[in-house]
Amino acid sequence: MSSRYDCVVVGAGHNGLVCATLLARAGRRVLVLEAAPQVGGAAVTREFAPGFRVSAGAHLLPAMSAPLGRELALHRHGLELAAASVPTVALAQDGQCLPLDDDAALAARSPADVAALAAWRALQRRFAQALHPLLTGIPPRLGTQDRADRARLLTLGWKLRRLGRDDLRELLRVGGMCVHDLLEERFELPLLKGALALDAVLGTNLGPRSPGTVASLLYRAAVAPGAGGAMLPAGGLGSFAQALARAARAAGAQLRTAAPVARVQVREDRVTGVVLEGGEEIEAPTVISNADPRTTFLRLLGAEHLDAGFVRRVSQIRSRGMTAKLHLAVDGVPPFSELPPQALRGRLLFAPDSDYIERAYNHSKYRECSEQPVLEITVPSASDPTLAPAGKSVLSIVVQYAPHEVQGGWQGQRQAFTQRILATLERCAPGLSPRVQAAQLLVPQDLEREFGNQGGHWHHAELALDQFMMMRPVPGAAQYRAPVDGLYLCGAGSHPGGGLTGLPGRGCALAVLRRSAEP
Amino acid sequence: MSTTGAKVHDVVIVGGGHNGLVTACYLARAGLTVLVLERQQYVGGAAVSRSLYPGFTYSNCSYVCSLLRTEIIRDLDLPAHGLQIIPYEGGCTMMRDGGHLAVYDNHDAMRREIARHSHHDAEAYERYVRDMLRHCRFIKPLLLREPPDPTSWRLRDLGELAFLARHLYGLGEARIYDTLRFFTMSCADMLEEYFESEIVKAHLSGSSIIGTALGPRSPGSAYVLLHHYMGSIDGAVGAWGFARGGMGAITRAMAASLQASGGAIRTGAPVQQILVRGGRATGVVLADGEEVRARTVVSNLDVKRTFLETVAAGHLPPQFLEQVRRFKIRGSSGKLNIALDALPRFPAIPAGSPAIRGDLHITDTLDMLERAYDDWKAGRWSREPYVDMLIPTQIDPTMAPDGKHYMSVFVQYCPYQLADGEWNEQKRQAFGATVIDAISRHSPDFKDLILHAEIRTPREIESEVGLTEGNIFQGELTFDQLLFNRPIPGFAQYRTPIDSMYLCGSSTHPGGGVMGAPGANAARRILRDLGRGQ
Repeated sequence: MSSRYDCVVVGAGHNGLVCATLLARAGRRVLVLEAAPQVGGAAVTREFAPGFRVSAGAHLLPAMSAPLGRELALHRHGLELAAASVPTVALAQDGQCLPLDDDAALAARSPADVAALAAWRALQRRFAQALHPLLTGIPPRLGTQDRADRARLLTLGWKLRRLGRDDLRELLRVGGMCVHDLLEERFELPLLKGALALDAVLGTNLGPRSPGTVASLLYRAAVAPGAGGAMLPAGGLGSFAQALARAARAAGAQLRTAAPVARVQVREDRVTGVVLEGGEEIEAPTVISNADPRTTFLRLLGAEHLDAGFVRRVSQIRSRGMTAKLHLAVDGVPPFSELPPQALRGRLLFAPDSDYIERAYNHSKYRECSEQPVLEITVPSASDPTLAPAGKSVLSIVVQYAPHEVQGGWQGQRQAFTQRILATLERCAPGLSPRVQAAQLLVPQDLEREFGNQGGHWHHAELALDQFMMMRPVPGAAQYRAPVDGLYLCGAGSHPGGGLTGLPGRGCALAVLRRSAEP
Repeated sequence: MSTTGAKVHDVVIVGGGHNGLVTACYLARAGLTVLVLERQQYVGGAAVSRSLYPGFTYSNCSYVCSLLRTEIIRDLDLPAHGLQIIPYEGGCTMMRDGGHLAVYDNHDAMRREIARHSHHDAEAYERYVRDMLRHCRFIKPLLLREPPDPTSWRLRDLGELAFLARHLYGLGEARIYDTLRFFTMSCADMLEEYFESEIVKAHLSGSSIIGTALGPRSPGSAYVLLHHYMGSIDGAVGAWGFARGGMGAITRAMAASLQASGGAIRTGAPVQQILVRGGRATGVVLADGEEVRARTVVSNLDVKRTFLETVAAGHLPPQFLEQVRRFKIRGSSGKLNIALDALPRFPAIPAGSPAIRGDLHITDTLDMLERAYDDWKAGRWSREPYVDMLIPTQIDPTMAPDGKHYMSVFVQYCPYQLADGEWNEQKRQAFGATVIDAISRHSPDFKDLILHAEIRTPREIESEVGLTEGNIFQGELTFDQLLFNRPIPGFAQYRTPIDSMYLCGSSTHPGGGVMGAPGANAARRILRDLGRGQ
């Protein structure tokens, strides 16, 4: 294949596909190269036991930021939803449950929390709207004389000030706070606080008492302000990737799977293309990496093309994952005793209180697995029966905390950790274990191997205040452009972060287009 | 209710802690009539020297002079009023396996000591010290400035914001990111970027947790380390050291300075209530009913004690009270003051090393510190606590009889509220025993030398000094309670919702430690409001 491309995208994760689509629509000749036999990265549906299929990585599709949703119009590319807005249900130790959208159920336990929750949600919505512009587009650089940077900073500042005095004060106060303290200020019911705290720490290397967790909660809200809850695509998250791939192809991008890139070619400090593992060379003046920053800079590009200081920063990026996935093939309907049947279609959170999460987190600091893990459980087969044989169910569970480099190695601990998770599940679904026909545990090292992101972290780089905005993933590459001309980053390690938002892919496309508009 | 004549003071200051005295000194020097009212029989708050065992003087709360602003020492002429600060000569961190890392004032000696553990770390130490000093230089000019209100459109606030932006931009792009990262990182993450040796990391991280309800792995703990370096950039020898005669020497010098400028102090005069009429503070009522009138009232008490206990609730907007209630002021530190029959032996410290004349720590890994914090979170004192020991009598023999020694033992962590019920005498003794046992493991003769030990949990700190929940900083130093958020967003400029009433304690910017900056800033704000500012 000798045809030249304007842009080569390395990796067909959702951000790579978003970026490719937007660039192809802008008239670029784009080729996407994917190492795996299928596109999608961590958005993929797999059979893990005969007849049982599951979203192997991410298992829910968050609502997309409105402009991106409009731009991609995935429903026109075949995306169908099995559930449009998945409700959240908090599970208690005794099997009791609390649907978070059911005011009557909440009022029965804590009348004060009904008003408190409504007030917090309203405030969170206002914050999300104000913060959204910060998360989209190219983050400005600080300390430069560049007019565009300064103008953008002033615009962002102006948008924040439009929150009004009281809200802005509250935002500046809670922005750096830990979610535990925030919830203590506002709510009574431990179960409610546990569920809200879980959202703040899910996918991170932090506990509810770690400062910066309110920021991670607001991040989740601000990537798509005003949109509904999470969605469940029919056929699992793989369908989402397929729709993205169709959108990319429709825009004119070419996609090649099973085409692992060995390295990025550089000549005279300029990117000239990529070399595949088979030795095939593909020329392109612009290479966009959907891989994590460490893989991009240290493996695909090579440290020899970078400053020593920059290399040190890259190697210091915190990217050790803490989140595991457990897939269960279950005979019949999982016996969540207190759960009304339709609630099985929800997102079931097992984090009975904030201290429970913190205790689970404590272990991870010493590179141990949580003794009693926290769980985000979905039963995708309840909304989409095609995922399991008739009369059977699939459970897809996000589990924390499971350190990437566990003390003593994962080899001997998989079985024990699976048993711990099952024991935890037994408390809210007694009698589940005997019905489990097959179980698959994916620890961060598996996710790393399967999806190629070093550390196996959801966000490619920890979503923390010191790795945020113009410091994400590292200063010097935070505007999607690498220090080597022609190389760009479009993965979750870039601004604003991970979580199937498509925003890094979109921001990167803007950066590429802006660069070519420059003289 | 009696009223002391018709005398109306210009300013009454509630509480004679070091910040109250600093405010009083500046105001008296500006020509105002100032009266400081102190509940105890002595001034100083938590910066005191007390004789609690015959012949011995204890710095029984704060124990080291590290942050006191040189500007304040100079302005108040404290050396002339008897303040002498003797610099540390060293220090040592002792490991559980008998090893140690000595600390030397001399940079090259320190480097060689680190090289004993890791050559890589000795190299990194150069970079580390350089970076820390740079961060200090960045933060230092902000300490003695009023934080701007980022939500206001007033010219002064906008001007201050512009100053901050210029100050930040002055660093240049690369340094700006370094600075922002540093202020948001955890101490452990920050140190792991420099060092590989556990003992070096553990040694350096100790000062990031003192007084806080955070562990070394909590984001935001890195910048607390600056407190350790703040003294060394002033270029003044002894900015970090012992006050001769104990910490009380600092506040005694402040009191003397105040009296020399015409200010007055009344001890044994507990203020029961701040009087408010028509939205204006008009004076205070003492516990015995005596009314003291003043045109301006300044509270050195922490923000909770001030507004929840000393001002009638009706005078404050409910939303403000709510914000005061949620101000975080959880105690996390304990203290032992020990009279020793002789100098204890620490076999880990080489004979003749100056290390024993500085602060001695017991810790050897970041994990140990982090686990100590986990205990606090679970509502119990650390089973293996972080201790910061000092034996000042080696340098300042005035604090103990000949040949005998006083030891100050600061302990992190110790909760105010225990998970298994209220504190009682038995638990307090058990807490003390945990600490003494920890020290004994490193000093075989230590237990036998103990003549007297005063054991202080956050409860004792609260009841003696009046600090709510025994929090030594009058409020936790977390992002949500710093700068323009301290103590309450919108009230970070030493003013309160009540006219002519101000705060000057460590609950205000820039926070705790025997620094004096809140007191100096409050004085400047008051003088400006009275039309006497520059």
